[in-house]
This record gives sequence, structure tokens and C-alpha cells, in this order.
Amino acid sequence: MNASARDMWRSRPRYGERVLQGLFFLSATLSIFVTFGIAWIMLSESVAFFRRPEVSLLDFFTDTQWTPLFAEKHFGIVVLASATLLITMIALAVALPTGLLTAIFLSEYASERVRRVVKPFLEILAGVPTVVYGYFALTFVTPLLKKFIPVIATFNSLSAGLVMGIMLIPMVASLSEDAIYAVPQSLREAAYALGVTKREVVTGVVIPAALSGIVASFILAMSRAIGETMIVTIAAGQNPRLTLNPFVPVETMTAYIVQVSLGDTPHGSLEYQTLFAVGATLFIFTFALNLFSHWFVRRYRERYE
Amino acid sequence: MITKTRWVPDMFEERQRQSSPDVVYQIRGLNVWYGAQQVLRDITLDIPRNRITAIIGPSGCGKSTFLRTLNRMNDLIPGARVEGEVLLDGQNIYAPEVDPVLLRRRVGMVFQKPNPFPKSIYENVAWAARIHGYRGNMDELVEWALRQAALWDEVKDKLDQPGIALSGGQQQRLCIARALAVKPEVLLMDEPASALDPIATLRIEDLMRDLAREYTIVVVTHNMQQAARVSDLTVFMLAGEDRVGTIIEYGPTQEIFTNPRDKRTEDYITGRFG
Repeated sequence: MNASARDMWRSRPRYGERVLQGLFFLSATLSIFVTFGIAWIMLSESVAFFRRPEVSLLDFFTDTQWTPLFAEKHFGIVVLASATLLITMIALAVALPTGLLTAIFLSEYASERVRRVVKPFLEILAGVPTVVYGYFALTFVTPLLKKFIPVIATFNSLSAGLVMGIMLIPMVASLSEDAIYAVPQSLREAAYALGVTKREVVTGVVIPAALSGIVASFILAMSRAIGETMIVTIAAGQNPRLTLNPFVPVETMTAYIVQVSLGDTPHGSLEYQTLFAVGATLFIFTFALNLFSHWFVRRYRERYE
Repeated sequence: MITKTRWVPDMFEERQRQSSPDVVYQIRGLNVWYGAQQVLRDITLDIPRNRITAIIGPSGCGKSTFLRTLNRMNDLIPGARVEGEVLLDGQNIYAPEVDPVLLRRRVGMVFQKPNPFPKSIYENVAWAARIHGYRGNMDELVEWALRQAALWDEVKDKLDQPGIALSGGQQQRLCIARALAVKPEVLLMDEPASALDPIATLRIEDLMRDLAREYTIVVVTHNMQQAARVSDLTVFMLAGEDRVGTIIEYGPTQEIFTNPRDKRTEDYITGRFG
């Protein structure tokens, strides 16, 4: 009995166990630290920006000009934000309907064989680097649009928005398809058993049941469009102007950040600090969307699952 | 009023007859395959009007598959193939001119797991009727269907709440109300109480007895007490080594449970296998 009790005694501490635990913990918290670090730098640099005598918070939100790189400086973020939103709306107008219809087709109508062909193509589309999309917009889509709309400028929001929409289709399609596919077969059967057609089953039961996931994919696409940089920098121009005209060059928030980052901007200068003010605005946009998405998904899950 | 004892005894002698006013379904030589695997062999059966027909048998004997041939739900399964005839009021439902969508309006179905739509209680009941172009007063139809399903008193003050918020037993009665709202003649029930607690189960069984006055009910169950309690006619099915289900014996429930003719039926109902 003594011998068997001694068998269970601890011989030495298991250091390996602790080291591994620590490693796991560090990995898990790394992204949290990085996020807080980014937020902190953006916040502190933005505060420094707004402390400057030539900048006022009111002007930042109400001024209709954005000219920090010129002698006569104006800081109206609306100029950049409106360009971002204009292109985002164009992109969503392409991506949301196409993506959702693709998802419905793939999950409800396509045969297994068609699915096996279409899905890999969508994944290829998702894997194309955005710089390629940017040049696709500039060198193919814009010349094509010029044939129909002669007034369109070489750099314009329409072309950038359309191509960004194409870029977002696989994301919307694949996430929405996951949501639609996850709708239990029993719900479809219940609907069919009431003597309704496939179209009525899909529109009346399947889509409403998948709504939370579909909306989540929309919001994710939107926040991706707002943050998208390469396409807009290449195809939409660097001309900060307040307009809803999709045929003229504009400058989005991300394109502005690229423009200033590429120039030789001295550390601590006004131009340098505008980067952080714009970055913080961008951060707030996408953060708010993510929060909304979380809230929406949770609310609908509670009700419908 | 029809009670369990007033069974029509000459039903079975008469089953050679092509059509009888007392018969809703006449199933003749029904064979079903899923792909290459045959799942039902040579099912021949009459299902009488305004009675409860219970289908019993061990898991995998093809009970549910058989039930699903009666409203062509098997059409939804890729690779499913049906041979033979299923006559509903004399019309073969597998004839090419029959639209399964319209057939299913005459044959409602309730499933094993309650599956209310992600809609309000009201909309769960009204949805299909509205699609079918129901012209009458929708509020009245919803109330009527919920009363028929013995759910009205529990939900009348919260019709706008989601159907999913109800308890399991209430959800199943909501699903019954949903099926009744399209005014079917036949109600197919696939183990309607197997996901419910004993009290909710008894409520569903009481409800079935009430509904049998106006509807023909076919219920699949592997709860033999349930079959004995609620049904007028019992069908015992079994699959052999080849996994092909077939009918071993059928007749008035009392006979099947008290004096089965086949040894396998006796073994099953006395709990020797299954």
C-alpha cells in the first residue's frame, strides 16, 4: 500500500507544462496588446494634431476642403470621408446583390457538379491581390467605361467602386452561403410540406432564417470596402474634393494616408499628424461597423436559433 | 362521432376494391429506392378516412420513408425513386400530371422535431395560407387553426412573439396549427411526440384523437404504447438483412396488439427486439 501511494507522489515540478502555458497565453494576448498599442498611438497623435493652433475640431467636421499639403490649409475630413463612402456605396451596390444571389444559387439551386466548379473560382477571385484589382480598374475598366461615358476622367470613383465590388463578391457570397447552408433542412421541409414552391421556401423561410449571417457578411464587406486601399489609390485619384460625381477623381481616406506616407513627411510635422487624425477616423468607422455587426448577429441569433 | 371501438371490420376484406368512400389512400405495389439501395418493397395498404393509422417498427425499417411517399417529400431527396401506385382519393399522386406542390396542400405534415419558422406565432400559421391566396379573414383563420391545435388559449396574447420562444410541446402544436391552416384532408405525423416530455406527449395524443374526427391521420411512432393509445389501425413494418423495409402485418390496432398473427409482430410488440 505504501509503495502504491508513493507511485503517485510528484517527483519534480513540470516546468515544460508551465513554459507551454505561458507561450499560449502570450500568443493569445499579443493581438490585444497590438490593438491597444495602435489605438493608443492614433489617439495620442490625433490629440497632438487637434492641439495645434491652426486646427479646430469644428473645422475638422464642417470644413468642405481638405488641403493640408498646401500653403492655405483646410482640414475638412468630410472631403475624404465622402469619397470613401461614395466608392463604398458603389462597391456594395455591386457586391451585395451579386454576392447574395450567388450564395442563394450555390446553396439552393446549383447541382453538386456546378458547385464544385463555381466555388473554387470564387476562391480564386478572393485570392487576387488588390494591387491587381487596382490596375484592372485603371487599365481595363476605366477605358471600357470611357467608351460609354466620354466625360469620365482617367481617375474616378465609378471604376474603383465597380472593381472593389467585384473584389467583395466572393466574400459576401461565401459568408452568406455559409449562413444559408446552416439553415436546418427541417425548416425547408416544413415549408415544402405546406405546399409552397421552391421560390417561396427560399424567400419566405430560408433567407429570413439566415438573415443574421447575411447581414453580418454585408457589414463585413462594408468595413472591408471602407478600409480598402490599393484599388482606390491606383484608380480613384489623389484629388481631395467634395463631390458625389462618380466620374471625377477623388481622394479617399486610405488614399490620402498612402499619399502622405509615400512623400518625405518629417516626423511630428502637421502633415505627419494628419495621418493619425485620418487613421483614427477610419478606425472609428470600421470599429463602429464591427460593433454593430456583433450586436445585430447576437440579437437575431437569440430570436431565431 | 367515431370512437375507437366502432372500427369498420370489413375494411380488409374489401381492400381489393379499386375505390371505396372509406378509403383515402390506396397504396399498390410500392417500391422505393435511394440510389441503388432499395428501402421499401412491395407495400400494399389501404388507409381509411377519419381514422388514425399508426406505423410502427424498429429504426431503419422504412417507416418514415413510407410516410414521406404519401406527400412526395421523398422528391426532395436526390436519387430517390418510386415505383408502384399511391392513390389519393383514386388519383395516383405519382402520375406525371400531378404537381407535388398542390398535392402537399391536401396532405399536411408534422415532423419529429418541432420546427417553427423564424417568424411570429401569427405568421407561422398565416404564411402558407397567404401564399395560397387565402381570401377570407386571416385573423379568423389563425385563431381557428390555433384552436384546432389546442394552442389558442396559451398564445392568444402573444401572437406577435417568435414561434421559437414557445416550449417544445407548444412549438409542436404550433406546427400542427400551421399544417391545419392550409386545410389539408390528411395529416402525416412523423414521430410527432418523440422530442417531447410525457405531459406534452399526452396533450399531442389527445389532440390527435380530436383531429381524427375531421382529418385522416397517419402517424409514425416507435413508441408502441402511443400506437396502442391513439391509433385505430396499426401497420407493423420490418427490414430484413438486405435493409429493405416491408409491411409484416397490419390490421385494427387492438388485434395487432392482442392477437398478432405473425411471430415477428409479437416479438416486436412484446419488446423482444427493436
